[in-house]
Amino acid sequence: MTPRNLALFAAVALLFLITGVFQSWNLALSILNMAIVSAIMAMGVNIQWGYAGLFNVGIMGFAALGGLAVVLTSSQPVDGAWRAGGPGIVLGLLLGVATIGLAVALYRRMPKGLPRTATILAVLVGGFFLYRAVFDPAVVAVEANSPEAFGNIGGFGLPALIAWPMGGLLAAAAAWAIGKTALGLRSDYLAIATLGIAEIVIAVMKNEDWLARGVKNITQLPRPWPVPQEVDLQKSQPFLDWAGRWGFDPVLTSSIIVKLAYAGLFLTVLLIVVWLSERALQSPWGRTMRAIRDNEVSAEAMGKYVTGRHLQVFILGSAVVGIAGAMMTTLDGQLTPGSYSPLRYTFLIWMMVTVGGSGNNWGAVLGGFLIYWLWIMVEPMGLWLMGAVTAGMTDGTWLKTHLQDGAAHMRLVTMGVILLLVLRFSPRGLIPEK
Amino acid sequence: MDLLNALVAFTNFVFVPAVAYGAQLAIGALGVTLIYGILRFSNFAHGDTMAFGTMITILLTWWFQALGVTFGPLPTALLALPIGIVLTALFVLGTDRVVYRFYRRQRAATSILVIVSLGVTFIMNGITRFIIGTEEQNFADGERFVISAADFRAATGLAEGLAIKSTQAITLATAVIVVAALFWFLNRTRTGKSMRAFSDNEDLALLSGINPERVVAVTWIITAALATIAGVLYGLDKSFKPFTYFQLLLPIFAAAVVGGLGSPVGAIAGGFVIAFSEVMVTYAWKKVLGYVLPESLAPEALVQLLTTDYKFAVSFTILIAVLLFKPTGLFRGKSV
Repeated sequence: MTPRNLALFAAVALLFLITGVFQSWNLALSILNMAIVSAIMAMGVNIQWGYAGLFNVGIMGFAALGGLAVVLTSSQPVDGAWRAGGPGIVLGLLLGVATIGLAVALYRRMPKGLPRTATILAVLVGGFFLYRAVFDPAVVAVEANSPEAFGNIGGFGLPALIAWPMGGLLAAAAAWAIGKTALGLRSDYLAIATLGIAEIVIAVMKNEDWLARGVKNITQLPRPWPVPQEVDLQKSQPFLDWAGRWGFDPVLTSSIIVKLAYAGLFLTVLLIVVWLSERALQSPWGRTMRAIRDNEVSAEAMGKYVTGRHLQVFILGSAVVGIAGAMMTTLDGQLTPGSYSPLRYTFLIWMMVTVGGSGNNWGAVLGGFLIYWLWIMVEPMGLWLMGAVTAGMTDGTWLKTHLQDGAAHMRLVTMGVILLLVLRFSPRGLIPEK
Repeated sequence: MDLLNALVAFTNFVFVPAVAYGAQLAIGALGVTLIYGILRFSNFAHGDTMAFGTMITILLTWWFQALGVTFGPLPTALLALPIGIVLTALFVLGTDRVVYRFYRRQRAATSILVIVSLGVTFIMNGITRFIIGTEEQNFADGERFVISAADFRAATGLAEGLAIKSTQAITLATAVIVVAALFWFLNRTRTGKSMRAFSDNEDLALLSGINPERVVAVTWIITAALATIAGVLYGLDKSFKPFTYFQLLLPIFAAAVVGGLGSPVGAIAGGFVIAFSEVMVTYAWKKVLGYVLPESLAPEALVQLLTTDYKFAVSFTILIAVLLFKPTGLFRGKSV
């Protein structure tokens, strides 16, 4: 940590303090919590892009998988759902995986030619119908199980803290499957393939209602262990006494305490991830990764197993994104597949890494805090600015109304301008790689 | 008779919509592929260039309509289209001058240019939303149908109707003209040939005295024209909404990649591959099968392989399947 970097972190901290003092601490803390989550996602991107030069624009998909893991792990079991179709769904999915596995095995084992193509096609088509025959009735049965309130398979009812590593695991498993198929692709081809895979993940989550109720959303997910419920706090006598002694408003204070508790948990996770990443980056493994990134051919000539290392780093980075995605879903208390968009969950995270400084863990963290703060605060600033610009105009004129309505969209323009300015004048980011 | 009905139903619900959609994707993908071939990066801002060009055309259309200018049975937007193209080209050339040229001079890595194009995406997206708002806009006027379902039924006596919307006919006609003009330009004119030379081997092209700035400028102008045409055709056929156009980037990228980045023929083939697979996988085949199969076998369910919400998933599954066997697309695209 050089003095310059410390000053940068202090400047960003000041932004949050200003928000707290001049607007409200409630707002500052809610921005902070999401900023920590974003910083962890940015670390995931940094592991893939900054360490190894893998161009993954499917961040949204891994974040969403983390969220899905929260629903499957920590939401309460649904009465009768498992009995209605649980085994059928599991069997169906296994049949699907087995079909693909068999097709891959045949592709590898059989000699090239028409018989191979025909056999594989037969296996795939037959497998598909078999899978649908087992899977579909089970899904219908699960979705028919009290559809207004549930209609999903339900979770295990485990503590929310366990759901976070599960989010990482689910994302890692997906990353393994994706990496096995797509990592052979070159630069832009990989980027576009991952962009599409993320869309596929979201499409599945939106439409497979049995999984997490699709666009009907799952709400009221449990909170992690030390975080209390606001209403419980407001009912507890010791808390009311304590707040009364200091002259705090109990409602506001309870909400601030909840956010502080989240911030503490999230900061702990962030520090653990930063510590592990720093250790990894400075280890021989990290040097290998950078060698591969800077010159794949020569690294391979030195006997480094490039494909294996790529797969490894792809899984690790995705797992970190998955953990962050799980934390976000727990923080929101709900999973809303409709709200995932590549602009917010892929491109904005990429922007954090680029602005912060790719290849540098502290850079990614700084970028996460700074860009998320801007993402939230640019909109009110734009409104204020438009208010100032249009102050002289007569009320109700077409131009005035239009400018004020459009002010909300200034956010995107501002973010784009910031990204371009940083890329132009500080191309290696605010905290460049050493 | 039943077979004819099945054929008509298939043409009406699958073939005609897929051809129109495929043509729109192909024109869009041509723009992506040209930028990749000449400037050597995937332009994430292409969807928003389409949105921007369409927005300008819509504003001009409204202005023409307010002046009372129409294009007879054809949509007024076609009159506004040339001016829309010019303005979009000027805007795109402006972004090249202000943004991209700097990195080109530095010979920056492809991935940097992709991230730069992300920044441009943010800005163009914001500008479009700022000017025209986020709501859906319908700007098609003129005749609705070339053949309407009722007329077709009356003329042929078949149970199934075949409707061809005028926007679908216009899309196809425009696509044929655009593609013919583009290929004539690339293969027959001096500038076009220099573009292909530049795309094949930049250093050799520079040595033979080709002016790179000119090639790049021409590429941007053609791309702006293609993006605006694709956007306006899509908007006439369906409707205009900034968010939808941003999402159109996905099938367009898929089309360009399936065909092979940098290959114009590939982009066209890719566009139709993606469009047909999207429409066919998400179409409910009940009606067609009902005509073809004997009564005892006629399906009761919809026979829809996947719901329409999966359409992007379909295009990318195709994309991944193609890339697994042909890592640079069907027509041997480039990879930088």
